[in-house]
Amino acid sequence: MNTQSRARNWLYVPLIVMAIFYLVPLYVMIVTGFKSFAEISLQTMWNLPASGIHFDNFSEAAQKLAPYFWNSTRMVLPAAILSSILGSLNGYVLSKWKFPGSNIIFPLLLFGMFIPYQSILIPLVEFMRKVGLYGTIGGLILTHVIYGIPITTLTFRNYYANVPTELVEAASIDGAGLLKTYWHVILPISIPSFVVVLIWQFTAAWNDFLFAVVLTDSQHWPVTVALNNMAGSQIIAWNVQMAGSFLAAAPTLLVYLFLGRYFLRGMMAGALKG
Amino acid sequence: MRTTKDKILSIALVSPSILAVLIFVYGFIAWSIRVSLSRWKGLLPNYAWAGLKNYIELFHDPRFQVDVRNTAIFTVLFVGISLILGLFLAIMLDQGLKGEAFFRTVYLFPMAISYIVTGVVWRWLMNPAQGSRLSGFNLLFDKVGLDFLINKWHTTPQWGIAFIAIPAIWQMSGYVMALYLGGLRAIPESLREAARVDGATEVDIYRHVVLPLMRPITLSAMIILGHISLKVFDLIIAVAGKQVALDVPAVYMWQTTFDGYFFNRGAAIGILLLLSVAVLVIPYLWYSLRGEAEL
Amino acid sequence: MSHKKLWSLLALLTLVVTLLAACGGSKATPAPEQTQAPASGDKNEVEVFSWWTGGGEAAGLQAMIKVFNQKYPDIKFINAAVAGGAGTNARAVLAARLQAGDPPDSWQGHAGQELIGTYVAAGQIEPLNFLYEKNGWLKVMPEKLIPLISKDGKIYSVPVNIHRANVLWYNPKILKDNNVEVPTTIDEWFAAMDKLKAAGVETPLAMGEQWTAMHLFETVLLGTLGPDAYNGLWDGTTAWDGPEVHQALVNYDKLLTYTNSDATSLTWQDASQLVVEGKAAFNVMGDWAEGYFQELGKTPKVDYGWAPVPGTGGTFQFLSDSFVLAKGAPHRDAAIAWLTVAGSKEGQDAFNPVKGSIPARSDGDRSLYDEYLKSAMDDWASNTLVGSLTHGVVANDSWKSEIDTAIGLYLSSHDIDQFQSALATACKDSGPCQ
Repeated sequence: MNTQSRARNWLYVPLIVMAIFYLVPLYVMIVTGFKSFAEISLQTMWNLPASGIHFDNFSEAAQKLAPYFWNSTRMVLPAAILSSILGSLNGYVLSKWKFPGSNIIFPLLLFGMFIPYQSILIPLVEFMRKVGLYGTIGGLILTHVIYGIPITTLTFRNYYANVPTELVEAASIDGAGLLKTYWHVILPISIPSFVVVLIWQFTAAWNDFLFAVVLTDSQHWPVTVALNNMAGSQIIAWNVQMAGSFLAAAPTLLVYLFLGRYFLRGMMAGALKG
Repeated sequence: MRTTKDKILSIALVSPSILAVLIFVYGFIAWSIRVSLSRWKGLLPNYAWAGLKNYIELFHDPRFQVDVRNTAIFTVLFVGISLILGLFLAIMLDQGLKGEAFFRTVYLFPMAISYIVTGVVWRWLMNPAQGSRLSGFNLLFDKVGLDFLINKWHTTPQWGIAFIAIPAIWQMSGYVMALYLGGLRAIPESLREAARVDGATEVDIYRHVVLPLMRPITLSAMIILGHISLKVFDLIIAVAGKQVALDVPAVYMWQTTFDGYFFNRGAAIGILLLLSVAVLVIPYLWYSLRGEAEL
Repeated sequence: MSHKKLWSLLALLTLVVTLLAACGGSKATPAPEQTQAPASGDKNEVEVFSWWTGGGEAAGLQAMIKVFNQKYPDIKFINAAVAGGAGTNARAVLAARLQAGDPPDSWQGHAGQELIGTYVAAGQIEPLNFLYEKNGWLKVMPEKLIPLISKDGKIYSVPVNIHRANVLWYNPKILKDNNVEVPTTIDEWFAAMDKLKAAGVETPLAMGEQWTAMHLFETVLLGTLGPDAYNGLWDGTTAWDGPEVHQALVNYDKLLTYTNSDATSLTWQDASQLVVEGKAAFNVMGDWAEGYFQELGKTPKVDYGWAPVPGTGGTFQFLSDSFVLAKGAPHRDAAIAWLTVAGSKEGQDAFNPVKGSIPARSDGDRSLYDEYLKSAMDDWASNTLVGSLTHGVVANDSWKSEIDTAIGLYLSSHDIDQFQSALATACKDSGPCQ
């Protein structure tokens, strides 16, 4: 037993080595974020801050990025919530109220999850112009909601597929229609799925760059675009840049740290039957 | 039992989503195809018919050939290593060691961060400067005496794209680990017990019991990573910038459309990308949904 | 987390969103009045798009905005500057906005084909002859510049500055230590770098990411062909597949052997900085590099010296930033006010000393400009002028992007013949060649 547990301790070696690999970029980001401007040099990037810890980089970055954080927030929350609600309704109908043709509709919806957005980019810009949503947060929300429908529908449908059909049938024997059954039977048991989908959509929309850079004007940029723009200056204050990077990543990191279990489930959903 | 009213209602509930997807996915794809068959070059739309000209030119375009080669190298390395690494980490974590939750969190967190955020850091880490300007991983290798590992990273001639797979693996291997871990946890302990009773060693159990059960997960992971790999864009922009040596179709599309105003060619690249994804995804969707119907 | 907590979290989120939708909804909905509305509420603002986001460029823009704010205190200036660095490209963002029919009121465009061959050809901007007449600009703007911003007698932009592209920056100490003279011909340049290389200088010629390779390329074309044949490349009279261009490519190929191996991972700032830090001997970059050196606190003629790129003495390869008026500008009057400031002596003398460029107007106040800029003003007045490729003077955007691809392919293959035939094809497809 003793030799076996000693052997098991060796298992920690690869685990720790890999943990270091995953943490290295975060280390560089944080260490640089705390340095003074004079200390920044590629040759000393591994060193800890030598002249004390400079929190002011973070406040400077926060100040510069504040309007864009607000843009991201008011874009991401509606986008995540709306696409979750739509996904839940679709998943409910497609798993419990199948209608003729729903078996064709579902894979057609799903395919939308995989398309490279480059293949719809030019029409998307033209469309947004025609409906007057180009450049606005509203246009970006609409885009995230619609391209989020496939994955949210999939997640909810898979979840509801495991809900016994008898539950739904029992409700309808009691005289409840489709909507009442949804409200009283399905919705109350959907929370885990909602959390999964909300986190997933939140992360996807927060981290998106392509749609944001193509569809918004400078006053409506989300934080990813603004951050990328900060790096384009002549003399780049890398300490502030890194502090800003960390701040921009903070919301998704926090969500992940505190709700990681659900996040995990959300990712599994992407694997269809995984 | 189901009333007509409910039937109509059910269709009414899903129809906005279906309509939206029909327009935004299929309608826009059709629109893109139309642009790809046109002569639209310059800021003004021009839908004059060009037939397959844009596609034929792409097949003779040396830059597009670089893109195809780069995508192939990137995909093989990114998908292959992520799968191996993910499976390895999942098996390690499945041993019931203390601190499993910590390691799981560490391996997974890159998933939560955008490449726009980590791109700068990766540029620093993979700094290719030699001699007195040594930096990044190279500097680290130099300090710990692993000089032979010092290399030019993504600026390596011809094979630079292979190194771009490193940040991609960093971000997605944790995801694969999570998929496998979910699969491993779903294997009933009784199966393993039965094998042990038959005198199988732990290694045998993995080879003959566990790994065969992981095949569907491997397939799913391959499809998901594969389509991410074909679409890769943010990562290249954030780490490599715009240079032909590290070009991929998604970046070429972006540059030729919005820098060069070749809307026709940009649309054609977009459609070819779509086709390559479709070849991968449609059989998979068919396979998994058909399997589901049989249940 | 218990389900109860999750429910309350969800309820809270829903509440927040409803609120957001309530306040944002009125703005976000595609209501028809939105397309016409801006005229009423926010008439007194002007959105100006540029890629001046950092350093002397941004500071120069700020200085000009300050002049604008003094003259038009009731117009709000919206600075829509987008970085042109790695990642998003300012021009790509502008292109998407133009495609979407949502132009900024005024934007930065390089005088020359970028302007004429792209925006004017697409009917995106308004002629400005009335402004030139009203402000008497025809008398103060250089005669040689006006044709580059005109088509069919209509003038389309207001140039604010002049930059020089063909500048060779060098480290005086490295040259002196190794007894190397500043080269004036391409062959002298090769000899100088051979000598430096033999003496152990790690990087004789510093270069950065792909567009800086194009910048080097255009100066080598000029240095090998001379100004007349160089100009002929852009109007179709010099053959891209001829022996002169071939010689230029051979020279370029050889020059690249002296460059740093990590070029593609460096920005232009990183590359230029190698010279002032004594880590490289030469660097070819436009004279905005001087503004950067000043920002780094370096001293002219001590930390860095300058000369025309070898073979291009007596020629001023220029680019000029200018501002245009969008057709259908949401705030046309405010945009005209902005252009009036951009073309004024006061505006240009506020902007240029900070930005590190010389004013487009010929009546700039010389005393405001530093040593390098004074020499550039003299050269601008006396030299032969040719336009820059990388910076939009001689080729339209489509042609330029094809040349960029050809250079990118060449940088990985080093196949000169293929390079030359790609250049010839680019001229046929997108330029004046038949």
